Amino acid sequence: MSFIDTLLQGILLGGLYALFAAGLSLVFGIMRLVNLAHGDLIVLAAFLILLIVSTLGLDPFLAAVVAAPLMFGLGWLLQYYLLNRTLGKDILPPLLVTFGLSIVIQNGLLESFTADSRRISANAMETASVDFGGISAGVMPLVTFVSSVLVIVALNQLIYRTSLGRAFRATSDDVVTATLMGIRPNSIFAIATGTAMMIVTVAALYLGMRANFDPTAGPARLIYAFEAVIIGGLGSLWGTLAGGIILGVAQTVGAAINPEWQILAGHIAFLLVLLFRPRGLFPRAMD
Amino acid sequence: MPSLIETRGLTAFYGDFQALFGVDIRLEPGETIAVIGANGAGKSTLMRSVSGLIVNRHEMILHRGEPIGALAAPDVMRRGIALVPEGRKLFASLTVEENLKVGACGRQGDGPWTLETIYDLFPILKERRRNPATALSGGQQQMVAIGRALMSNPQILLCDEISLGLAPVVIKDIYAAFSKIRATGAAIVIVEQDIAQALKVADRVYCMMEGRITLSGCPRDLDRADIHAAYFGAEPHELH
Ligand SMILES: Nc1ncnc2c1ncn2[C@@H]1O[C@H](COP(=O)(O)OP(=O)(O)OP(=O)(O)O)[C@@H](O)[C@H]1O
Ligand SMILES: [Mg+2]
Repeated sequence: MSFIDTLLQGILLGGLYALFAAGLSLVFGIMRLVNLAHGDLIVLAAFLILLIVSTLGLDPFLAAVVAAPLMFGLGWLLQYYLLNRTLGKDILPPLLVTFGLSIVIQNGLLESFTADSRRISANAMETASVDFGGISAGVMPLVTFVSSVLVIVALNQLIYRTSLGRAFRATSDDVVTATLMGIRPNSIFAIATGTAMMIVTVAALYLGMRANFDPTAGPARLIYAFEAVIIGGLGSLWGTLAGGIILGVAQTVGAAINPEWQILAGHIAFLLVLLFRPRGLFPRAMD
Repeated sequence: MPSLIETRGLTAFYGDFQALFGVDIRLEPGETIAVIGANGAGKSTLMRSVSGLIVNRHEMILHRGEPIGALAAPDVMRRGIALVPEGRKLFASLTVEENLKVGACGRQGDGPWTLETIYDLFPILKERRRNPATALSGGQQQMVAIGRALMSNPQILLCDEISLGLAPVVIKDIYAAFSKIRATGAAIVIVEQDIAQALKVADRVYCMMEGRITLSGCPRDLDRADIHAAYFGAEPHELH
């Protein structure tokens, strides 16, 4: 039973990584932009939720509902006024600017919230667990996983069933021709990044309730997100979930063998996929 | 009354390279005009300028007497000017129907064109509506490109080389649709390399060479030798 148990923990952990990654995957899919500040934006959102919980005394889930539109607005402004100016044939400017942004966010958080590590308290949910015929799973990991599936279902609905989603895909295919359709790419990109920041808020909620975080926690989250996106294949959201799960399973299996191997096992799984399937498991053509 | 579209001394550049040198054309309501010319004459550059893909000096292009030369493509299309771009440029990850729907993104108000009326115009597209647009034959793809432009209910339809690379029977089908499009009252600009085709459909023809208009007039008033000279730059007597 212990192996199945380990596998289940890994799959559920994958849900958290998929949440870290979904926003990154969305933005990359639409505008080929790799946002190196993605992890720091998750941490920023976690502090925002913490702030709302402590000042308004709201339940963390309600606080996330309040934080989501604020994060959408932040993402919109960031994309419209800053990142859109970096997009072009050259891939270096967006990397440099988002790298700089990452440092700015970390230092800003350090100034405002100090280096202390924090946690969003979820009270009873933190320790609750359910039993499936001998295998027990924590309620928190289960809820995280279900949330990640819901987020990806919702995103796929948005992308494949709405006119905004059509505009996302058309712009991603061919920006110039999209303008002939009356689409304003800068607005489309701003809405996409705003949407990604709402997913970031969900990711931040679970990050903050499951573990301690501090202003420097972002880059490690970025790496997990990045690995999940690459394993899954660029541009495929279900691939991103699969990538998160592979990463999660590799980490828990590694940790079961030797607790020190947890992080390393994840990176090795990533490198193996890259070695045998350089375009990831589900590159966009299969979407 | 001002013309629907008028260009005044239109110049256009790609970096330092000048592609248009003072082009004057006009388009009247309900009219179909053709722009002909050899490869590199500047026909597509003219279409890109009018549709806003190339931003020009504001007063060089007038729409109903108002300057639009410096407007970007999304604003130009909201004024009822749609381009069927050279090479079709369908959205590869969208189905036929989604391509058509995207054409309606900047639609202003009502008009004759909806998914149903586009499918009436090109029935084959209805059968293939769930296929990826790029899985269609060249002629069918061109129908999607025209339908996509019509979905915005334009008063002005610009068509850049819609017959390029298509079989004669397919070209005939596509041009057959134009009489129905004209019947809705839309004005049409057709860019063609096939002179005979252009003379057949157009009320007036402009011939371009090396970024300039070298000849214009009604098809019945134009003489073959003059067209050859305007098109190839050769004196008529040099041709046999
Ligand atoms: N993107 C570009 N960058 C630089 N020069 C260009 C560009 N597009 C066109 N040109 C040049 O501008 C001139 C006019 O080109 P344009 O495409 O308007 O010609 P055309 O009449 O449409 O030709 P064709 O019949 O081949 O489509 C040509 O000399 C061409 O080489
Ligand atoms: Mg051309």
